[in-house]
Amino acid sequence: MSEIADLECQKISKSFDTFEAVKQVSFSVPKGTFFSILGPSGCGKTTLLRMIAGFQEPTSGDLLIKNKSVLNVPPNKRQVSMVFQHLALFPMMNIASNIGFGLRQRGVNRAEIKSRVETVLERVGLPGIGERSVHQLSGGQKQRVAIARCMVLEPDVLLLDEPLGALDLKLREHMKIELKKLQTEFNTTFVYITHDQSEALVMSDQIAVMNHGEFEQIGSARELYFEPKTSFVAGFVGETNKYVAVVSSKNGDVLKLTTSDGINLSGIDAGNCLNKGDAAQVFVRPEAVRLSRTKDDVSHMDNISFGTIENVLFNGANSQLLLKDNFSGAEINISMPQTGEFRDLGKGDVVHFGWEGQQTRCYMSNRVS
Amino acid sequence: MVSDKSKLGFYLLLSPLFVWLMTLIILPHIGMFFVSISEKVGVRQYEYGLGNYAVFFNEPLYWNTFARTAYMSISATILTLFIGFPIAYYIAKLTRGRTKTTLFLMCLIPFWVSELVRTFGWMILLRETGVVSSFLQYIGVLNGPMEFLYNDGAIMVGLVYTSMLFMVVPLVSTLDSLDDSLIEAGYDLGGNGYTILREIIIPHAMPGIVSGCIVVFMLSLGNYLTPILLGGKDSLWFTDLIYSQFITRFNWELGSAFGFLLLGLSSLIVFVGLKLSRQSLSETMGR
Repeated sequence: MSEIADLECQKISKSFDTFEAVKQVSFSVPKGTFFSILGPSGCGKTTLLRMIAGFQEPTSGDLLIKNKSVLNVPPNKRQVSMVFQHLALFPMMNIASNIGFGLRQRGVNRAEIKSRVETVLERVGLPGIGERSVHQLSGGQKQRVAIARCMVLEPDVLLLDEPLGALDLKLREHMKIELKKLQTEFNTTFVYITHDQSEALVMSDQIAVMNHGEFEQIGSARELYFEPKTSFVAGFVGETNKYVAVVSSKNGDVLKLTTSDGINLSGIDAGNCLNKGDAAQVFVRPEAVRLSRTKDDVSHMDNISFGTIENVLFNGANSQLLLKDNFSGAEINISMPQTGEFRDLGKGDVVHFGWEGQQTRCYMSNRVS
Repeated sequence: MVSDKSKLGFYLLLSPLFVWLMTLIILPHIGMFFVSISEKVGVRQYEYGLGNYAVFFNEPLYWNTFARTAYMSISATILTLFIGFPIAYYIAKLTRGRTKTTLFLMCLIPFWVSELVRTFGWMILLRETGVVSSFLQYIGVLNGPMEFLYNDGAIMVGLVYTSMLFMVVPLVSTLDSLDDSLIEAGYDLGGNGYTILREIIIPHAMPGIVSGCIVVFMLSLGNYLTPILLGGKDSLWFTDLIYSQFITRFNWELGSAFGFLLLGLSSLIVFVGLKLSRQSLSETMGR
């Protein structure tokens, strides 16, 4: 490695009694990266973050910050700061004292604390609010103060524990962009945990998808979205249509499958482990499916069918059609093209659709159900 | 019509409280006040004047006892706070579920028996032939029996014990409301145990500390049983003086004056305490 990673976890594990919350997780975060850990609630991401912050001790494995093991360093001595889920601003102090708290602990003199607090408030875009009390701020302002309170200490790594969870949708969308900007501005390594995939996809340079205490895949947002390595990632990141099918033939990467409803599908072996006769999970993104009023338009595609529109889920640019396959009765979600061609489609209309085998990703079924 | 009816209901609901306040607190105090400013000039002849209050200030025993009661009560309050705070912190922050309930109950259980019985319990422990004295003789620390009762230490033990619950309960409830993540954030930002206690935990718990202190102080100042039983004849507790004026000497005029002085003293100390801690009465007691 050319550069020392800001944060490195080596086979880190944490067990509570008999329950293994984090299993042998290894990753490294280069300097200045926005690294997200994405996973459903209860997947162990909070435990992992608390271990990095030092509030919990790993059962095994090592944790390195700037190439030095911090396992025996208590949280108040680690060069790591954390933005808590509910921010944990101290309500008994005003904003300036909140931000100055960490500096006071380090014994920085008053005049310097004052100037550094002012500087950091300016950098987060809230100059001159130091004298206000915490409850006078709006949700978004509190967010920025919480980040300022950590950043004033110039930590090597900033940990964020779903800090946008408590905000309303509009503000959350705004804060996503804001956070990314702040990260670029401070050029500090951010480790962000969330269960909201859009937060992770929008902001992160690198995303780790976590499930049942393990990392399923680490990669950029693009990689996770277009080339998910496991069925969990395929199902969790982005919207998708899912089929359960049995492999009927295999030719290199290309598979032919048959669902229990009798639909024949063609797809690629994304996990690279399927053989003839295996049960597989098949994923197709709603936007990969092409829609047409005539059969000829889609007849050249690998997977074709036609169905009746059950519902039009109108959501502006993200509108979708819910179709029932006339042949098998299976439901399928298709993104509505935004060109206006299909604007007049309504419930009960019959349309043809098809998609390429290259965009049909098949994985080994975990459990045949 | 509706508003008239609801108003009537409001006054009806208020009336028991009003009657209680009027007949049991305000009227007796007005009566006591008039008694306290009556001076006896002959048989069944009274004149209004401040003579009873003058007696208090001219007799060193009276105001010495008065000052001693105040200072002992303040000490008992501070001692209760210092013992109660770690207990409350432990119950509120370091225990969960069943252990928490059990510990809380253990603070409460002594209050299921009367104060008199509890005080006698301490007498059994502390008297010359009591448990503590016997035990110390048994392990060879003492050569002969020793009296632990009838001194300031015994009074202090009794006062702290009697009022512990009233300190622990408000402290537990304020500490319970302190979000754990604030403490974690304090550590995360480089604080140590002491600075977090000083800058985060104590400021948050201040209303509980003040309300606990007010209650404990009032209870100690107005306590009669504990100082008399554990402190004996020399306890020099102000309530004892009031008692003897009313009951032994039939000098209701002086007794009432003493009563008002005690009321003034407790109000003054509570006022000063609130000013020093920058809390308001409604904020601390209203919780």
